[in-house]
Amino acid sequence: MIELRGVTVRYGRTVAVDDVTLDLPTGKIYGLLGRNGSGKTSLLSALASFRRPAFGVVRVDGADAFENPAVMRNTCFIRDTLDCNESDKVRQLMCFAGWMRPTWDADYAAKLLDLFEINPRKRASSLSRGQKSAVGVVLGLASRAPLTILDETYLGMDAVARAAFYRELLEDYLAHPRTIVLSTHLIEEVADLFERVVIIDRGRLLLHEETDELRGRGVTVTGPAAAVGEFVAGHTVLGEQSLGGVRAVTLDWHPAADDVARGESAGLTFGPVGIQDLFIHLTSRAERLEATR
Amino acid sequence: MFDDRSPIYLQIADGIKNDVLSGALKEDEQVMSTNQYAAFYRINPATAAKGFAQLVEEGVLYKKRGIGMFVSPDARERLRRERRERFFTEVVDPMLAEAKRIGIEVDEIVRHLGGAR
Repeated sequence: MIELRGVTVRYGRTVAVDDVTLDLPTGKIYGLLGRNGSGKTSLLSALASFRRPAFGVVRVDGADAFENPAVMRNTCFIRDTLDCNESDKVRQLMCFAGWMRPTWDADYAAKLLDLFEINPRKRASSLSRGQKSAVGVVLGLASRAPLTILDETYLGMDAVARAAFYRELLEDYLAHPRTIVLSTHLIEEVADLFERVVIIDRGRLLLHEETDELRGRGVTVTGPAAAVGEFVAGHTVLGEQSLGGVRAVTLDWHPAADDVARGESAGLTFGPVGIQDLFIHLTSRAERLEATR
Repeated sequence: MFDDRSPIYLQIADGIKNDVLSGALKEDEQVMSTNQYAAFYRINPATAAKGFAQLVEEGVLYKKRGIGMFVSPDARERLRRERRERFFTEVVDPMLAEAKRIGIEVDEIVRHLGGAR
């Protein structure tokens, strides 16, 4: 179990992560979602013990993770800087990783470099943005670290390379189950791989849920304004729009079959809300309101 | 393959039920393992496992410890019975309601269906 207890990250007077408490059972693939500036990278830096929280603690299997060699050996955090000497060649980065990580698989790393068409004799500084991300993917996956954290490790990668990344991630996870935390903005293309989703907003934990529970969690109710108003009263409204006499309201609610039947007989139609739409509704700046007539 | 508008585990369960009903999966035939299924459809294995667990709970599949999951001998018959019970309320009644809305007489529908025989 990985436990975050009251984790707060500050930069001067700016609070980037605000009192986050989270239990992450090991051996699962997590998706960390949040808007730009929501605190994703700061939270992951604390989770990986790259940064000591101002308050709170991260525990891995009961042990305080910070400055803990036993935990750090098993933690791999890939961020966009790659944390390397830019004048080093890709081949050297792979060698360093092999020295530091007991779980490193050099053959797999070579296979992945080949898959992403990266010349190991090239210097890190000469790689394109997408190639740097791909090297991050190689370092992250071939480390086979029991806690692997990939922070937006797809930036600049084209659609073909991203598809290869997702395929390798899943296949290697199936062969070597471990805890993988992946932050992303590309929700729709990768959500099927997540067992659980964590959403943070303005530094605070907004939601931690099984991904499948989020599918079909919201509903959009459309129809004559008065009938919609009557039907949705009392439920949490995530968004709404009107055109003429027609009103469409998105609710954080999963109606039962008889609710739907009752609504349909009143002339309403029901539409599902996908994970990306749910995320947009949950994290858009407008205050959420109790439905009114 | 899957959409994100309803839980994937339910979509998995529905897909396998349809395969059983159509005969694509035979009685006592072994189904894919959770990991094979996850790799094939590119989904999280826990989600796939939940779909299979649902089918075991409903009696469509049964487990042989250490070997895998198989189609229950009576699954097709039971699924057919269930679907037949729901056919009139879920398929025919909405059609009749639509026909009424747009002024199609039941006689006309019967004539059309006669041609499909």
